[in-house]
Amino acid sequence: MVSWTPPAEGAAEEVWNWLAAVKDPEIPVLTIADLGILRQVTMDGDHCVVTITPTYSGCPAMNTIEQDVLSVLAEHNVEATVETLLDPPWTTDWMSEDGRRKLEAYGIAPPAETSASKRAIWGEDPTVCCPRCKSESTRKVSEFGSTACKALYQCQDCQEPFDYFKCI
Amino acid sequence: MAASTHPIFEYALALGDDALVLGQRIAEWCSNGPYLEEDIALSNVALDYIGRARMLLSYAGEAEGQGRNEDQLAFTRDCRDFRNLLIYELPRGDFGFTMARQLAVDAFEVPFFEALTRSSDRTLAGIAGKALKESRYHLRHSSGWVIRLGAGTDESHRRMQDGLDQVWGYTPELFQMDAAEAALAESGVAVDRAELRQQWESTLDEVLKQATLGRPADDWQIDGGRRGVHTEHLGHLLSELQFMQRAYPGLEW
Ligand SMILES: [Zn+2]
Repeated sequence: MVSWTPPAEGAAEEVWNWLAAVKDPEIPVLTIADLGILRQVTMDGDHCVVTITPTYSGCPAMNTIEQDVLSVLAEHNVEATVETLLDPPWTTDWMSEDGRRKLEAYGIAPPAETSASKRAIWGEDPTVCCPRCKSESTRKVSEFGSTACKALYQCQDCQEPFDYFKCI
Repeated sequence: MAASTHPIFEYALALGDDALVLGQRIAEWCSNGPYLEEDIALSNVALDYIGRARMLLSYAGEAEGQGRNEDQLAFTRDCRDFRNLLIYELPRGDFGFTMARQLAVDAFEVPFFEALTRSSDRTLAGIAGKALKESRYHLRHSSGWVIRLGAGTDESHRRMQDGLDQVWGYTPELFQMDAAEAALAESGVAVDRAELRQQWESTLDEVLKQATLGRPADDWQIDGGRRGVHTEHLGHLLSELQFMQRAYPGLEW
Protein backbone atom coordinates (compact mmCIF):
# COMPACT_ATOMS: atom_id res chain seq x y z
CA MET A 1 0.00 0.00 0.00
CA VAL A 2 1.42 3.39 -0.94
CA SER A 3 -0.20 6.76 -0.53
CA TRP A 4 2.08 8.44 -3.06
CA THR A 5 2.75 7.80 -6.69
CA PRO A 6 6.05 8.58 -8.37
CA PRO A 7 5.55 11.13 -11.15
CA ALA A 8 5.05 9.36 -14.49
CA GLU A 9 6.91 11.63 -16.85
CA GLY A 10 9.00 14.72 -17.50
CA ALA A 11 11.41 16.57 -15.23
CA ALA A 12 9.66 15.48 -12.03
CA GLU A 13 10.15 11.83 -12.94
CA GLU A 14 13.82 12.42 -13.62
CA VAL A 15 14.27 14.18 -10.27
CA TRP A 16 12.39 11.40 -8.51
CA ASN A 17 14.77 8.83 -9.96
CA TRP A 18 17.81 10.77 -8.72
CA LEU A 19 16.34 11.15 -5.25
CA ALA A 20 15.18 7.54 -5.11
CA ALA A 21 18.87 6.65 -4.80
CA VAL A 22 19.47 8.78 -1.66
CA LYS A 23 20.38 6.48 1.23
CA ASP A 24 18.89 6.60 4.70
CA PRO A 25 21.82 7.80 6.87
CA GLU A 26 21.07 5.34 9.69
CA ILE A 27 20.22 2.26 7.60
CA PRO A 28 22.41 2.82 4.53
CA VAL A 29 21.19 -0.29 2.66
CA LEU A 30 17.81 1.39 2.25
CA THR A 31 16.99 4.41 0.14
CA ILE A 32 14.49 7.07 1.14
CA ALA A 33 12.23 5.66 -1.59
CA ASP A 34 12.47 2.11 -0.15
CA LEU A 35 11.40 3.50 3.21
CA GLY A 36 8.55 5.59 1.84
CA ILE A 37 10.13 8.78 3.25
CA LEU A 38 10.23 10.34 -0.24
CA ARG A 39 6.64 11.29 -0.91
CA GLN A 40 6.30 13.72 -3.74
CA VAL A 41 8.27 15.62 -6.37
CA THR A 42 6.62 18.49 -8.21
CA MET A 43 8.04 21.06 -10.61
CA ASP A 44 7.00 24.68 -10.55
CA GLY A 45 8.71 25.95 -13.68
CA ASP A 46 12.43 25.40 -12.97
CA HIS A 47 11.89 25.17 -9.23
CA CYS A 48 11.51 21.76 -7.66
CA VAL A 49 9.51 21.01 -4.51
CA VAL A 50 10.37 17.75 -2.77
CA THR A 51 8.06 16.42 -0.06
CA ILE A 52 9.40 14.07 2.59
CA THR A 53 7.83 12.63 5.71
CA PRO A 54 9.51 11.79 9.03
CA THR A 55 9.43 8.22 10.33
CA TYR A 56 9.33 9.34 13.99
CA SER A 57 8.75 12.83 15.44
CA GLY A 58 12.24 12.99 16.87
CA CYS A 59 14.05 11.18 14.08
CA PRO A 60 17.48 12.86 14.02
CA ALA A 61 18.10 11.63 10.45
CA MET A 62 15.55 14.02 8.92
CA ASN A 63 17.89 17.02 8.79
CA THR A 64 20.58 14.90 7.13
CA ILE A 65 18.10 13.53 4.60
CA GLU A 66 16.99 17.05 3.74
CA GLN A 67 20.60 18.14 3.23
CA ASP A 68 21.33 15.04 1.12
CA VAL A 69 18.30 15.72 -1.09
CA LEU A 70 19.35 19.34 -1.59
CA SER A 71 22.94 18.42 -2.43
CA VAL A 72 21.86 15.82 -5.03
CA LEU A 73 19.70 18.45 -6.68
CA ALA A 74 22.47 21.06 -6.45
CA GLU A 75 24.77 18.65 -8.33
CA HIS A 76 22.19 18.62 -11.10
CA ASN A 77 21.81 22.41 -10.91
CA VAL A 78 18.19 22.16 -9.84
CA GLU A 79 16.94 24.80 -7.45
CA ALA A 80 14.76 23.16 -4.84
CA THR A 81 12.96 23.39 -1.53
CA VAL A 82 12.20 20.48 0.76
CA GLU A 83 8.87 20.35 2.55
CA THR A 84 7.95 18.08 5.42
CA LEU A 85 4.51 16.48 5.38
CA LEU A 86 3.10 14.95 8.58
CA ASP A 87 -0.30 13.82 7.40
CA PRO A 88 -0.91 10.99 6.63
CA PRO A 89 1.64 9.79 9.17
CA TRP A 90 4.42 7.49 7.99
CA THR A 91 3.79 3.77 8.37
CA THR A 92 6.01 0.73 7.87
CA ASP A 93 3.37 -0.47 5.39
CA TRP A 94 4.98 1.93 2.90
CA MET A 95 8.28 0.07 2.93
CA SER A 96 8.85 -1.48 -0.49
CA GLU A 97 9.15 -5.28 -0.95
CA ASP A 98 12.64 -4.67 -2.25
CA GLY A 99 13.39 -2.65 0.88
CA ARG A 100 12.19 -5.49 3.13
CA ARG A 101 14.48 -7.96 1.35
CA LYS A 102 17.48 -5.64 1.59
CA LEU A 103 16.78 -5.05 5.27
CA GLU A 104 16.75 -8.75 6.05
CA ALA A 105 19.93 -9.40 4.05
CA TYR A 106 21.55 -6.59 6.07
CA GLY A 107 20.69 -8.37 9.34
CA ILE A 108 17.64 -6.37 10.41
CA ALA A 109 14.34 -8.28 10.66
CA PRO A 110 11.68 -6.45 8.60
CA PRO A 111 8.28 -5.49 10.12
CA ALA A 112 6.43 -8.73 10.83
CA GLU A 113 2.87 -7.59 10.23
CA THR A 114 0.89 -4.63 8.99
CA SER A 115 0.36 -1.60 11.18
CA ALA A 116 -3.39 -2.16 11.04
CA SER A 117 -3.03 -5.30 13.14
CA LYS A 118 -4.45 -4.78 16.63
CA ARG A 119 -1.80 -7.07 18.06
CA ALA A 120 0.93 -4.71 16.89
CA ILE A 121 -0.44 -2.09 19.28
CA TRP A 122 -1.48 -3.81 22.47
CA GLY A 123 -0.91 -7.33 23.72
CA GLU A 124 1.17 -10.19 22.35
CA ASP A 125 4.34 -9.56 20.38
CA PRO A 126 4.43 -10.66 16.73
CA THR A 127 6.53 -13.63 15.61
CA VAL A 128 9.86 -12.21 14.49
CA CYS A 129 12.19 -14.40 12.41
CA CYS A 130 15.94 -14.39 13.03
CA PRO A 131 17.51 -12.72 9.96
CA ARG A 132 20.55 -15.02 10.29
CA CYS A 133 19.12 -18.57 10.70
CA LYS A 134 15.37 -17.88 10.04
CA SER A 135 14.37 -19.44 13.36
CA GLU A 136 11.02 -18.27 14.74
CA SER A 137 12.22 -18.89 18.25
CA THR A 138 13.32 -15.37 19.16
CA ARG A 139 12.79 -13.14 22.19
CA LYS A 140 12.39 -9.40 22.60
CA VAL A 141 15.22 -7.88 24.61
CA SER A 142 13.93 -4.30 24.50
CA GLU A 143 11.04 -2.41 22.91
CA PHE A 144 13.54 0.22 21.71
CA GLY A 145 16.76 -0.35 19.77
CA SER A 146 19.68 1.61 18.35
CA THR A 147 17.31 3.99 16.54
CA ALA A 148 13.69 4.99 17.17
CA CYS A 149 12.40 2.68 14.43
CA LYS A 150 13.90 -0.54 15.82
CA ALA A 151 13.50 -2.97 18.73
CA LEU A 152 16.18 -5.33 20.06
CA TYR A 153 15.72 -9.09 19.72
CA GLN A 154 17.81 -12.19 20.27
CA CYS A 155 17.59 -15.56 18.50
CA GLN A 156 17.09 -18.49 20.92
CA ASP A 157 18.59 -20.96 18.41
CA CYS A 158 21.71 -19.35 16.98
CA GLN A 159 21.95 -16.76 19.81
CA GLU A 160 22.36 -13.89 17.32
CA PRO A 161 21.31 -10.53 18.80
CA PHE A 162 19.58 -8.48 16.11
CA ASP A 163 17.51 -5.38 15.38
CA TYR A 164 13.85 -5.67 14.43
CA PHE A 165 12.19 -2.91 12.41
CA LYS A 166 9.01 -2.14 14.39
CA CYS A 167 5.55 -1.86 12.84
CA ILE A 168 4.01 1.53 13.18
CA MET B 1 6.15 37.61 27.49
CA ALA B 2 3.78 40.03 25.81
CA ALA B 3 0.19 38.98 26.32
CA SER B 4 -0.82 36.91 23.36
CA THR B 5 -4.42 36.02 22.91
CA HIS B 6 -4.24 33.85 19.83
CA PRO B 7 -6.00 30.67 20.99
CA ILE B 8 -4.10 28.29 18.65
CA PHE B 9 -0.83 29.79 19.87
CA GLU B 10 -1.81 29.15 23.49
CA TYR B 11 -2.94 25.61 22.76
CA ALA B 12 0.07 24.56 20.69
CA LEU B 13 2.37 26.22 23.23
CA ALA B 14 0.82 24.31 26.14
CA LEU B 15 1.07 20.96 24.35
CA GLY B 16 4.57 21.82 23.14
CA ASP B 17 5.68 22.69 26.70
CA ASP B 18 4.28 19.37 27.98
CA ALA B 19 6.40 17.53 25.43
CA LEU B 20 9.53 19.66 25.87
CA VAL B 21 9.63 19.44 29.65
CA LEU B 22 8.98 15.69 29.83
CA GLY B 23 11.45 15.05 26.99
CA GLN B 24 14.11 16.86 29.03
CA ARG B 25 13.20 14.89 32.17
CA ILE B 26 13.35 11.51 30.45
CA ALA B 27 16.60 12.46 28.72
CA GLU B 28 18.16 12.72 32.19
CA TRP B 29 18.18 8.91 32.17
CA CYS B 30 20.60 8.91 29.24
CA SER B 31 23.75 7.22 30.62
CA ASN B 32 21.96 6.77 34.00
CA GLY B 33 19.60 3.92 33.02
CA PRO B 34 19.52 0.69 35.04
CA TYR B 35 21.18 -1.15 32.13
CA LEU B 36 22.20 -0.39 28.56
CA GLU B 37 19.03 -1.47 26.73
CA GLU B 38 16.78 0.49 29.07
CA ASP B 39 19.05 3.49 28.80
CA ILE B 40 18.57 3.36 25.02
CA ALA B 41 14.82 2.83 25.37
CA LEU B 42 14.36 5.92 27.54
CA SER B 43 16.57 7.99 25.27
CA ASN B 44 14.35 6.97 22.34
CA VAL B 45 11.22 7.97 24.23
CA ALA B 46 12.85 11.31 25.10
CA LEU B 47 13.64 11.91 21.42
CA ASP B 48 10.00 11.32 20.47
CA TYR B 49 8.99 14.02 22.97
CA ILE B 50 11.64 16.48 21.79
CA GLY B 51 10.45 15.89 18.22
CA ARG B 52 6.87 16.66 19.20
CA ALA B 53 7.98 19.74 21.07
CA ARG B 54 9.77 21.03 17.96
CA MET B 55 6.68 20.56 15.77
CA LEU B 56 4.28 22.06 18.31
CA LEU B 57 6.43 25.04 19.28
CA SER B 58 7.19 25.83 15.63
CA TYR B 59 3.49 25.80 14.95
CA ALA B 60 2.82 27.96 18.01
CA GLY B 61 5.34 30.48 16.70
CA GLU B 62 3.64 30.53 13.30
CA ALA B 63 0.22 30.99 14.88
CA GLU B 64 1.49 33.82 17.05
CA GLY B 65 2.90 35.61 14.02
CA GLN B 66 5.50 37.61 16.02
CA GLY B 67 8.46 35.92 14.39
CA ARG B 68 9.35 33.68 17.35
CA ASN B 69 10.65 30.26 16.32
CA GLU B 70 10.82 26.96 18.23
CA ASP B 71 14.23 27.78 19.74
CA GLN B 72 13.21 31.19 21.02
CA LEU B 73 10.10 29.72 22.59
CA ALA B 74 12.00 26.84 24.19
CA PHE B 75 15.10 28.68 25.36
CA THR B 76 14.14 32.25 26.24
CA ARG B 77 10.93 32.05 28.25
CA ASP B 78 10.96 31.98 32.06
CA CYS B 79 9.10 29.63 34.38
CA ARG B 80 5.96 31.70 34.65
CA ASP B 81 5.58 31.68 30.86
CA PHE B 82 5.73 27.88 30.64
CA ARG B 83 2.33 26.27 30.26
CA ASN B 84 3.08 22.59 30.85
CA LEU B 85 1.04 20.56 33.33
CA LEU B 86 2.88 19.87 36.59
CA ILE B 87 3.04 16.10 36.10
CA TYR B 88 5.42 16.61 33.16
CA GLU B 89 7.99 18.64 35.14
CA LEU B 90 8.32 16.51 38.29
CA PRO B 91 11.89 15.26 38.88
CA ARG B 92 12.61 11.84 37.44
CA GLY B 93 12.89 10.26 40.90
CA ASP B 94 13.84 6.58 40.94
CA PHE B 95 13.03 4.19 38.10
CA GLY B 96 9.75 3.26 39.82
CA PHE B 97 8.61 6.88 39.91
CA THR B 98 9.68 7.47 36.30
CA MET B 99 7.58 4.49 35.16
CA ALA B 100 4.58 5.42 37.33
CA ARG B 101 4.52 8.93 35.84
CA GLN B 102 5.07 7.51 32.36
CA LEU B 103 2.18 5.07 32.71
CA ALA B 104 -0.14 7.87 33.87
CA VAL B 105 0.95 10.09 30.96
CA ASP B 106 0.98 7.37 28.27
CA ALA B 107 -2.45 6.05 29.26
CA PHE B 108 -3.70 9.62 28.86
CA GLU B 109 -1.83 10.49 25.66
CA VAL B 110 -2.99 7.49 23.63
CA PRO B 111 -6.69 8.48 23.73
CA PHE B 112 -5.78 12.19 23.70
CA PHE B 113 -3.81 12.04 20.45
CA GLU B 114 -6.33 9.62 18.99
CA ALA B 115 -8.99 12.31 19.53
CA LEU B 116 -6.69 15.10 18.32
CA THR B 117 -6.23 13.34 14.95
CA ARG B 118 -9.86 14.37 14.34
CA SER B 119 -9.10 18.06 15.04
CA SER B 120 -10.40 20.54 12.49
CA ASP B 121 -6.89 22.05 12.60
CA ARG B 122 -5.00 19.92 10.06
CA THR B 123 -1.53 20.74 11.43
CA LEU B 124 -2.47 19.64 14.94
CA ALA B 125 -4.19 16.56 13.51
CA GLY B 126 -1.03 15.67 11.56
CA ILE B 127 1.23 16.04 14.62
CA ALA B 128 -1.25 13.95 16.62
CA GLY B 129 -1.16 11.19 14.01
CA LYS B 130 2.58 10.78 14.51
CA ALA B 131 2.48 11.17 18.28
CA LEU B 132 -0.27 8.56 18.60
CA LYS B 133 1.83 5.84 16.96
CA GLU B 134 4.73 6.64 19.29
CA SER B 135 2.61 6.84 22.43
CA ARG B 136 1.23 3.37 21.78
CA TYR B 137 4.79 2.05 21.98
CA HIS B 138 5.50 4.17 25.04
CA LEU B 139 2.44 2.68 26.76
CA ARG B 140 3.57 -0.87 25.96
CA HIS B 141 6.93 0.00 27.47
CA SER B 142 5.71 1.73 30.65
CA SER B 143 2.87 -0.70 31.39
CA GLY B 144 5.28 -3.62 30.91
CA TRP B 145 7.64 -2.16 33.51
CA VAL B 146 4.92 -1.27 36.00
CA ILE B 147 3.67 -4.87 35.83
CA ARG B 148 7.16 -6.39 36.12
CA LEU B 149 8.14 -4.22 39.06
CA GLY B 150 4.76 -4.28 40.80
CA ALA B 151 4.49 -8.06 40.58
CA GLY B 152 8.23 -8.51 41.20
CA THR B 153 10.08 -8.58 44.52
CA ASP B 154 8.94 -6.98 47.78
CA GLU B 155 11.42 -4.16 47.19
CA SER B 156 10.32 -3.47 43.59
CA HIS B 157 6.65 -3.70 44.60
CA ARG B 158 7.14 -1.20 47.42
CA ARG B 159 9.01 1.28 45.24
CA MET B 160 6.52 0.97 42.38
CA GLN B 161 3.65 1.64 44.80
CA ASP B 162 5.55 4.63 46.26
CA GLY B 163 6.03 6.07 42.79
CA LEU B 164 2.37 5.68 42.00
CA ASP B 165 1.33 7.28 45.31
CA GLN B 166 3.65 10.24 44.69
CA VAL B 167 2.38 10.97 41.18
CA TRP B 168 -1.31 10.35 41.84
CA GLY B 169 -2.32 13.84 42.99
CA TYR B 170 -0.84 15.34 39.83
CA THR B 171 -3.02 13.24 37.50
CA PRO B 172 -6.35 15.15 37.87
CA GLU B 173 -4.76 18.14 36.11
CA LEU B 174 -4.54 16.02 32.94
CA PHE B 175 -8.33 16.22 32.67
CA GLN B 176 -8.87 19.90 33.52
CA MET B 177 -10.20 22.26 30.87
CA ASP B 178 -9.84 26.02 31.18
CA ALA B 179 -12.20 28.41 29.37
CA ALA B 180 -9.88 28.91 26.39
CA GLU B 181 -9.38 25.18 25.83
CA ALA B 182 -13.10 24.55 26.24
CA ALA B 183 -13.84 27.17 23.58
CA LEU B 184 -11.34 25.50 21.23
CA ALA B 185 -12.92 22.11 21.92
CA GLU B 186 -16.30 23.62 21.17
CA SER B 187 -15.04 24.73 17.75
CA GLY B 188 -13.58 21.29 16.97
CA VAL B 189 -9.89 22.22 17.33
CA ALA B 190 -9.04 20.96 20.82
CA VAL B 191 -9.80 17.70 22.61
CA ASP B 192 -12.20 17.62 25.55
CA ARG B 193 -9.85 16.18 28.17
CA ALA B 194 -12.60 15.53 30.69
CA GLU B 195 -14.11 12.97 28.33
CA LEU B 196 -10.94 10.86 28.39
CA ARG B 197 -11.05 10.20 32.10
CA GLN B 198 -13.00 6.96 31.93
CA GLN B 199 -10.75 5.39 29.32
CA TRP B 200 -7.69 6.43 31.31
CA GLU B 201 -9.07 4.90 34.47
CA SER B 202 -9.85 1.60 32.83
CA THR B 203 -6.32 1.36 31.35
CA LEU B 204 -4.81 2.16 34.75
CA ASP B 205 -7.07 -0.31 36.56
CA GLU B 206 -6.13 -3.10 34.14
CA VAL B 207 -2.38 -2.48 34.50
CA LEU B 208 -2.51 -2.01 38.28
CA LYS B 209 -4.46 -5.25 38.67
CA GLN B 210 -1.82 -7.21 36.77
CA ALA B 211 0.88 -5.39 38.70
CA THR B 212 -0.81 -6.25 42.05
CA LEU B 213 -0.62 -2.56 42.92
CA GLY B 214 -3.29 -0.63 44.82
CA ARG B 215 -4.96 2.37 43.25
CA PRO B 216 -4.11 5.39 45.47
CA ALA B 217 -6.94 7.31 47.13
CA ASP B 218 -8.07 10.51 45.42
CA ASP B 219 -7.47 12.57 48.55
CA TRP B 220 -5.06 15.25 47.32
CA GLN B 221 -4.44 17.10 44.11
CA ILE B 222 -2.22 19.91 42.86
CA ASP B 223 -2.61 21.99 39.73
CA GLY B 224 -1.48 25.28 38.23
CA GLY B 225 0.79 24.49 35.28
CA ARG B 226 -1.48 25.92 32.61
CA ARG B 227 -1.62 29.20 34.57
CA GLY B 228 2.17 29.30 34.84
CA VAL B 229 2.17 28.39 38.55
CA HIS B 230 4.80 25.67 38.72
CA THR B 231 6.61 23.52 41.27
CA GLU B 232 10.06 24.62 42.40
CA HIS B 233 11.51 21.94 40.12
CA LEU B 234 10.81 23.64 36.80
CA GLY B 235 13.35 26.43 37.33
CA HIS B 236 16.13 23.91 37.91
CA LEU B 237 15.14 22.01 34.79
CA LEU B 238 15.14 25.20 32.71
CA SER B 239 18.51 26.31 34.07
CA GLU B 240 20.01 23.22 32.43
CA LEU B 241 17.80 23.24 29.32
CA GLN B 242 18.35 26.93 28.58
CA PHE B 243 21.93 27.38 29.75
CA MET B 244 23.59 27.78 26.35
CA GLN B 245 21.13 30.33 24.97
CA ARG B 246 21.17 32.27 28.24
CA ALA B 247 24.97 32.36 28.40
CA TYR B 248 25.49 32.99 24.67
CA PRO B 249 22.27 34.61 23.36
CA GLY B 250 21.55 33.79 19.73
CA LEU B 251 24.26 31.11 19.59
CA GLU B 252 24.00 28.87 16.52
CA TRP B 253 25.98 25.83 15.47
ZN1 LIG C 1 19.09 -17.35 14.59
